[in-house]
Amino acid sequence: MKKKVVSGLLCAVMAASLVAGCSSKSAPSESGSTAADTTTAKETEAKTETQKEAGGEGGKVINIYVWNDEFKARYEDYYASKLPAGYKVNFVTTPSENNAYQNALDEALLNQNDAKPDDKVDMFLVEADYILKYVNSDYTMDLKDVGVTEQDMSKQYDYTKVIAKDSKGAQKGISWQGCPGLYIYRRSIAKAVLGTDDPAEVQKAINDWDSFDKTAAKMKDKGYYMLSGFDDSYRTFSNNVAAPWVNGKKIAIDPNLEKWVDQTKKYTDSGYNQKTTLWAAEWASGQGPEGKVFGYFMPAWGVDFVLAKNSLAKAEADGGKQEVGNGVYGDWAATIGPESYNWGGTWLCAANGTDNADIVADIMKTICCDDATMKKIVEEKNDFVNNKTVMEALAKGDYKSAFLGGQNPLQMYCDAAEKIDMSKISPYDQGLNESFQNAMHDYFNGTVDKDTALKNFYTSAQEKYPELETQ
Amino acid sequence: MVREKKAKARKKVSYSKWGYIFLIPFFATYLVFSFIPLVTTFYNSMFENYRSGLTQIGPNFVGFENYISIFQSDLLKYLGNTVILWIIGFIPQIFFSLILAVWFADFRMKLRGSTFFKTIIYLPNVIMAASFAMLFFALFSDDGPMNNLLIRMGLIDSPIRYLTTVWGTRGLVGFMNFMMWFGNTTILLMAAILGVDSALFEAAAIDGAKSLQIFTKITMPTIKPIFIYVLITSLIGGLQMFDVPQVLTNGKGTPDRTSMTLIMFLNNHLYSKNYGMAGALSVILFIMTAALSLVVFFILTGSGKEKGGSR
Repeated sequence: MKKKVVSGLLCAVMAASLVAGCSSKSAPSESGSTAADTTTAKETEAKTETQKEAGGEGGKVINIYVWNDEFKARYEDYYASKLPAGYKVNFVTTPSENNAYQNALDEALLNQNDAKPDDKVDMFLVEADYILKYVNSDYTMDLKDVGVTEQDMSKQYDYTKVIAKDSKGAQKGISWQGCPGLYIYRRSIAKAVLGTDDPAEVQKAINDWDSFDKTAAKMKDKGYYMLSGFDDSYRTFSNNVAAPWVNGKKIAIDPNLEKWVDQTKKYTDSGYNQKTTLWAAEWASGQGPEGKVFGYFMPAWGVDFVLAKNSLAKAEADGGKQEVGNGVYGDWAATIGPESYNWGGTWLCAANGTDNADIVADIMKTICCDDATMKKIVEEKNDFVNNKTVMEALAKGDYKSAFLGGQNPLQMYCDAAEKIDMSKISPYDQGLNESFQNAMHDYFNGTVDKDTALKNFYTSAQEKYPELETQ
Repeated sequence: MVREKKAKARKKVSYSKWGYIFLIPFFATYLVFSFIPLVTTFYNSMFENYRSGLTQIGPNFVGFENYISIFQSDLLKYLGNTVILWIIGFIPQIFFSLILAVWFADFRMKLRGSTFFKTIIYLPNVIMAASFAMLFFALFSDDGPMNNLLIRMGLIDSPIRYLTTVWGTRGLVGFMNFMMWFGNTTILLMAAILGVDSALFEAAAIDGAKSLQIFTKITMPTIKPIFIYVLITSLIGGLQMFDVPQVLTNGKGTPDRTSMTLIMFLNNHLYSKNYGMAGALSVILFIMTAALSLVVFFILTGSGKEKGGSR
């Protein structure tokens, strides 16, 4: 009997150690376990990079936290050569999905005081969806203290400055780009279905949502899709809401988002879209030579960073070039579409406690304020830069986008940029947008009815933000 | 004098102390890495403790409130999902493992190259679960190789969207778990069968028993303890299923949260670093697993005693 008791205890101990393995996950010390779960090749790459470069000189490593390669490319092309000798810039890349980027960043910022000079966060990037979380915290520096003045930023679009101010009015972030969105469509498909590829004529066919619907039906008859998938028109609705996501502590679904749900359900059931999800492989291949999708709602960064790359028949990794004749590069054009909207945008913030404030300021001034550099970014990368003087001049000049078949879309971007209103954002946008879209995918796929999808959204929202109330 | 001392010392020698000394490393490791986290998990589960943005909320003592809200949430649904996903994987797993184990161990079959096959069937387990799930995600995506193959063969007209259907997703998760674990199970069961006195099999064969009769009347009863052990360890592992569905559905448990397992639910609470809720869920899982372990323990020891008594 005694043996039995002892072995019973041992058995319990074994069971305990099995569960302890998973419960220790919730112990407070570890660093971003959700981040570890979604570790991708990119992240590990960044980690090895960190290890490689960390062994350098004391305090001369500039750590920049990013979620993709967009800013890294801007940095390499327009600043890397100006970096003083002896300094090193280290990009720490964590993809944003499932909040992994913010988890990694938060962990680093909370450890900022104890970190070695070489490991301190010097600069980090944030998106419009969650910028308020950071500018309203003590982890970002007032740009005035870094050395970027209001005078430096005088040519920037107002909304890009307003969004990055904290509740006391201090400027905490700066952006090099503006993200007014347009509808970017395929010229060849426009000719085949509408009989013209002229942006002004195409605009008439999609001037409001009713005519957009009618054109969608025409596309379907000819075997094309108006939109790629579920999330493509989301930003045109979510950026024109009447109130923020959260009212006090209560989550409120704006009527405009309901419109997105109804429209997308209708498009899915009628076969006006290809049922893809944003960033999926199928979504990207719809932009390529085999694509049957008429157009995409995209801001300027989407044209440069997404469409241009996906449109190629021979990818850049295989030695292809971004030039007319490679795939459907050049078969595109831009028009305003049914509604003006803003999608995304990247702001640079100086981390409190940085030991390289002068270099951080210089990077900001060069990429976000310098006329000559910013003009080059537009001409070489088709980005829309956050500089009214440069943009207005280029819009009136002979700037041509090769990707857009020689069109100069800049005036349309400039007009849209002036109309952007970012006052309806909340610190919860990132998580709630993601949960809302994901929950609705089941409804669009026909797996669940709308009420169940809404219920799933609230469940997911409360998991992410326990302090918020639903219904 | 010297001899006397030696004799005295020998009298006092107790080898059992070495046993305890050699056990110290295990207990020290267990204490630091398992026992203390376990106790702090219980402790943490009593607090409201999470992060809202960069602001820490709590820890405030709330008693059993976390447990109440866990039970008010869809806990049972996720438990059901987990068990269903486990069963889908376990039934084919135990079926194929038993067949293979019997064949490999059969003295009359004398399979050639059984070592080779034993290695092959174990291989899927060597691949990391996350990469395995990524592979399946790519294979079964809407525009993936599996759909292309079926369309080329003319079996379907339009792609099957496996991951948007409840049973497509669950089926894939189950299939992956089956692939990963049947080799391991085969080897365990084979060891059990090889441990049986071969005279029993020979005697049965001489008496004219068919293979199925040998299997049901001799193999199964003699390997029952190992079989139950395999069953319960697999169930405990199944309750903690995480990596395959997490990676396959991108952490969302889609569609309609029907492939959301208990540990994925726990992981969701870590979005806001909600240690209180996650701790409460861990404790609930601990109790379930401990109960299952006790069940297997009593079944195993109970059957052993019966045998001893009847002999």
